[in-house]
Amino acid sequence: MLRNKGIAFKLVLLFTLSSTCIFTLIFGYNYYVSRQTIERGIGENSKNLILASTNKIEAALAAAQKIPENISYFLENSSYNETELYRLLYTVVKKNPEIYGAAIAFEPYVFKKDVEFFAPCFFKEEGGISFKHLDKKYNYFLLDWYQIPKELQHPEWTEPYFDESRGILMCSYGVPFYKKTGDRRLLAGVIVIDISVESLREIVSSIKILKTGYGFLISKNGTYVTHPMKDVIMNETIFSIAEARNKKSLREIGRKMIKGESSLTPFMADSILTGKKCWMTHVPIKSNGWSLAILFPQDELMEDIVKLNKMVIFLGITGIFLLAMAVVYIARSITGPLRAMAQATQGIGAGNLDIEMPVVTSGDEVGKLTEAFGYMKASLKAYIEQLTETTALKERMESELKVAHDIQMSILPKMFPPFPDRREFDIYAMIQPAKEVGGDFYDFFQIDHDHLCFVMADVSGKGIPASLFMAVTKTLIKAKAAVGLTPDRIVSRVNEELCVGNDNNMFVTVFCAILDVRTGEMEYTNGGHNPPLIIRKTGEVSVLKSTGGIVVGVIDDAKYTVDKLTLEPGDSIYLFTDGVNEAMNKNNELFSDKRLEQGIIRLKEKSIKEIIDGIMGEIELFAQDTPQSDDITMMVIQYRGNVKEG
Amino acid sequence: MAKDIFICCLLSCTLLFFWVPDTVHGQENLKRATFIPQWSPQAQFAGYFVAFEKGFYKKQGIILNILPGGPNRPSLDLLDKGEADFATAWLSAAIQKSSQGIKLVNVGQIIQRSALMLIAKKASGIYRPEDINGRKVGIWSADFQLQPLAFLKKYNLKAIIVPQSYSINLFLRDGVDVASAMWYNEYHTILNAGLNPDELTTFFFYEHGLNFPEDGIYTLESTLKKDPELVRAFVNASIEGWLYAFAHPDEALDIALKYMSGANIPANRVHQKWMLDRMKDLVLPENDKSPPMGTLTESDFIRVCNVLKENGIIGKMPVFNTFYVNFTGHVKK
Repeated sequence: MLRNKGIAFKLVLLFTLSSTCIFTLIFGYNYYVSRQTIERGIGENSKNLILASTNKIEAALAAAQKIPENISYFLENSSYNETELYRLLYTVVKKNPEIYGAAIAFEPYVFKKDVEFFAPCFFKEEGGISFKHLDKKYNYFLLDWYQIPKELQHPEWTEPYFDESRGILMCSYGVPFYKKTGDRRLLAGVIVIDISVESLREIVSSIKILKTGYGFLISKNGTYVTHPMKDVIMNETIFSIAEARNKKSLREIGRKMIKGESSLTPFMADSILTGKKCWMTHVPIKSNGWSLAILFPQDELMEDIVKLNKMVIFLGITGIFLLAMAVVYIARSITGPLRAMAQATQGIGAGNLDIEMPVVTSGDEVGKLTEAFGYMKASLKAYIEQLTETTALKERMESELKVAHDIQMSILPKMFPPFPDRREFDIYAMIQPAKEVGGDFYDFFQIDHDHLCFVMADVSGKGIPASLFMAVTKTLIKAKAAVGLTPDRIVSRVNEELCVGNDNNMFVTVFCAILDVRTGEMEYTNGGHNPPLIIRKTGEVSVLKSTGGIVVGVIDDAKYTVDKLTLEPGDSIYLFTDGVNEAMNKNNELFSDKRLEQGIIRLKEKSIKEIIDGIMGEIELFAQDTPQSDDITMMVIQYRGNVKEG
Repeated sequence: MAKDIFICCLLSCTLLFFWVPDTVHGQENLKRATFIPQWSPQAQFAGYFVAFEKGFYKKQGIILNILPGGPNRPSLDLLDKGEADFATAWLSAAIQKSSQGIKLVNVGQIIQRSALMLIAKKASGIYRPEDINGRKVGIWSADFQLQPLAFLKKYNLKAIIVPQSYSINLFLRDGVDVASAMWYNEYHTILNAGLNPDELTTFFFYEHGLNFPEDGIYTLESTLKKDPELVRAFVNASIEGWLYAFAHPDEALDIALKYMSGANIPANRVHQKWMLDRMKDLVLPENDKSPPMGTLTESDFIRVCNVLKENGIIGKMPVFNTFYVNFTGHVKK
C-alpha cells in the first residue's frame, strides 16, 4: 500500500514515526530518571522525617516511664509509710508537668492486712492537685492499667483514652512492683502515671507534607491516636476503616504496623483522607507499641514533573509537527520539479521531443537530473533524426538491392523447359540466393544446333560485388563460347579476361560442359567447382571425375584441361554449388556430399524437376530454421538421346 | 432472599395488624411507659430505638420513655424498683431474679441463640476445648460466668480464671490465653484490632449444648395484670421495630449511632453494622427448628434453669407458664 504513495507522504510518515519513537524514548527515559530521583528524595525525606518524629515521641515517653520505674525501685528496696507514699506521689504530680495523675495501687490486703482496696491517687484538677483513694467502686483490679502489667509482669502503656473531665487524650503507664517474702517475689501492686498524649499528637500533627500529606499515629490495637480526619481519632481503628472501605491492603499495612514492623522504604498506599495514591512509610514506637506512619501524596510530589512532562510533550508534539511541515516543504521542493519532469518525460515517451523541460533553478541533484534529462532529450532528438536519415538510406539501398536481385535473376534462364522443340535433352534449374543478390549462377545455351553448353559457377564472396562479378563471368562465358571451342578453352579465355584488372582478387569456380546432343558425348572442364553427379539410367549415381583446374580469375595463365564423358539416353547430370552440400543446421553440421548423394539415389527415378525440388526439400528439412548462409543453386540436364522427331 | 421477602411480608402483616388499634387509640388514649435496655446504647437494641424513632410505640398508643442503660444501671433492678415498666435482660439473669422472688414475666424472647463465646489465639496453641487446660481464661462476672463455668465443667477443664473487664485489651496483649466475648461485640473488636478470623479459635456456647437465649423483654407481673394491652402493644411495637431495623439496616444504624452519640459513647459504624447483622442472625436464626420470633420455648427455659440450679445459683425453678407469657402469637414465623 505504501509502495503506491508519493515520496512526500513516505518522507513525512517515516520521519514522523521515527522522530516520535526517538522523542518517546527520550521522554520515557527522562521521566523514569526524574521519577527515580524524586522517589529517592522521598525515601530520604520520609526516613529523616519519620525517624526524627519517632525519636521525639520516644524521648517524651522514655522520660515519663522513668518516674514510675524509679518509684517501683524505691518501693521494692526501701521501707515506707503511708505519709511517705502520699508525699512521693504528690511530688511526682507537682514536679512533672507532663504527668496529670499518679497512683500506687496495691494488691488486696498487701499494704494493710484489712484493706482490700488501697490506692492513693494524686491528680491535677483546675490548676491545683487533688487527692483521692481509688476504692471498691472504682475496682481498679479490673482496669487495663492495673491488670495488664500485673498479668504480663512487666510495665505496659495502656491504650489511649479520652479524659472527659479535661477533654484531652490520655494514656497511662503501669509498672508492677513486688515484695520479697523470703525467696518469693510477690506482686505488691502497680504504680500508674497518667500523661497527656497531646504533645505526641502535636508532634505528629505538625507533620504536613505539601497540601494533603500527613502523618498518623495508631495505638497497639490499631486505634487512630492522631489523624487529619478528626472523626476517626479514637473512634476507628485502621482495621475498621479498612473494613468500612473494603480495603484489604490497608488491613495488611495495619497488621504490619501493630506487629511493630517498620517500612522505611516508601511503598504505595491509598490515603484514606483523599483516596489518592501516596508513598507511605511506617515505624513502630518501641516504648508503647504504637506505630507512626507518614504519607506523601504522589500526585502532589509529581505535580512539578507532571507539569514539566506535559510541557515537554507539548513541545515535543509541536516540534514534530513543525519538523513534519519542514519535511513537507523539502519534499515538495524536491517532488515538484520531479513531478514536472515526470510529466515532461511522459511527453517524451509519447514521442513529443519538442516538449519544454522544467526550468532548472537549483544546482542540486534534481536540478542536475533535469539538466541531464534536457540533454538526453536533445541527444535523443538528434539521434532520431540521424536514424531517420539512415533508415531512409537503408530503404533506398534495399530497394536498389531488390532491383539488383531482379536484374540478376532476369539474366538467368528461367523458362523450363528452355527449348521445348528439342527432345534430346531437358534442363531444369533453380537458384535461391542467401542475400538479395548472390554470386552463384547457372547458364545453358546452344552453341550450334547440336552442341549445348551449360555452366554452373560460384563467385567468391557475397552481395553486390559477387553479383557483378557473376554477371561479368556469365557474359564472358557466353561471349567466349564459340563453335569449335572446347570448354577448357572457353574457361581459359574467360580466366584471362577476368584476371585483367582483378584488383579485388575475386574469383569464381566454374563447371563448364558442352554436350553433343546427337551422340551424348560431353566435354567438360572444372575450374575448382564441386564435381557434378552423374545419374545413370541404370540407377547408378557417381561423382564426375575432376579435371583438376583451379578457380577462375586469379592466375592469368592457369591451365584448364578437358575431359570427356558419354551420356546414354536417360542419363542425367546433376550440377550444384557448395550452398547445397555445405548447407548448415543449428548444430553447425553440414548437409554433406554423403546426404546429397543419398538424396539423389532416393530421387533418381523422379523427373528432373522433382529431383531438384526433392533435394531442396531435404535441405530445408535439414536446416530447419537455421538461416541460409550461402546461395543454393542446382541444375539437372537429362540426356534423352537422338530421338527422332515426329 | 427468601428470608428478606418473608420479613417484608411479616412486616406488612404486622403493620396491617396494628393499623386497627391505631385507629382505636386516639391521641387522648396514649399511655405512658418507661423502658430500659440492659446495656449502653448500641445496635444490640436497634429494634427498640427504631420502633421509637419510627413512631411504632406511639402508633400502639404508648408514649415511651427510654432510659439509658449501662453497667451501673442494672435493668432488672430498675424494673423491680418500678422505675421502668419494661426492661430487657438475659434469660439467665431473669430466672435468677425470679427465683429470688421478684415477680417478673418474660413477655417476648428476642434473642434465640446465645452470642456468648470464648476466643483464643491459635498462636497460643488452643484449637479444642481440652487445650484450655491450665490456661488463663478471662471470664466476666455475674450472668456472664454461667456458661463459661459450665463449659469448663462439661469438658472437665482446670483453668486459671482471670476476672475480665469490659476491655478486651488483656487478651490482645496476651495477658490471658482465652477471653470471653460477645459474638456481636468483642469478637468484632478483636478483628478490628488486627487479628484475622483464621488466627482465632472460637467456642460458641450454643454449639456446645449451652445455648442460653439472651435478650428478652420483661415486665412485672403486676404491670401485666393491670394493663395486658399495654404489654401487648409494647411487645408488638418492639418486634415491628426489629423487623424494620433488619429490613432497613442503614437507617437502623443511623438511629443506633444517634443514640450512642447522645450517650457520649465512641461510635464506630462498621462495628455497629457488624452488631446489627449479628443481631439478625441471633433474633431470626436460619434454622427451621428455631421458635417463632419473640417466643421462649420451654426446652430453652428448662436448660437454662438446670444449669443455674446445678451451679447453685437458683434453688427452686420458676414455673414456665407463669414466667413466660406469649404476646407474639399473632406473629407467624
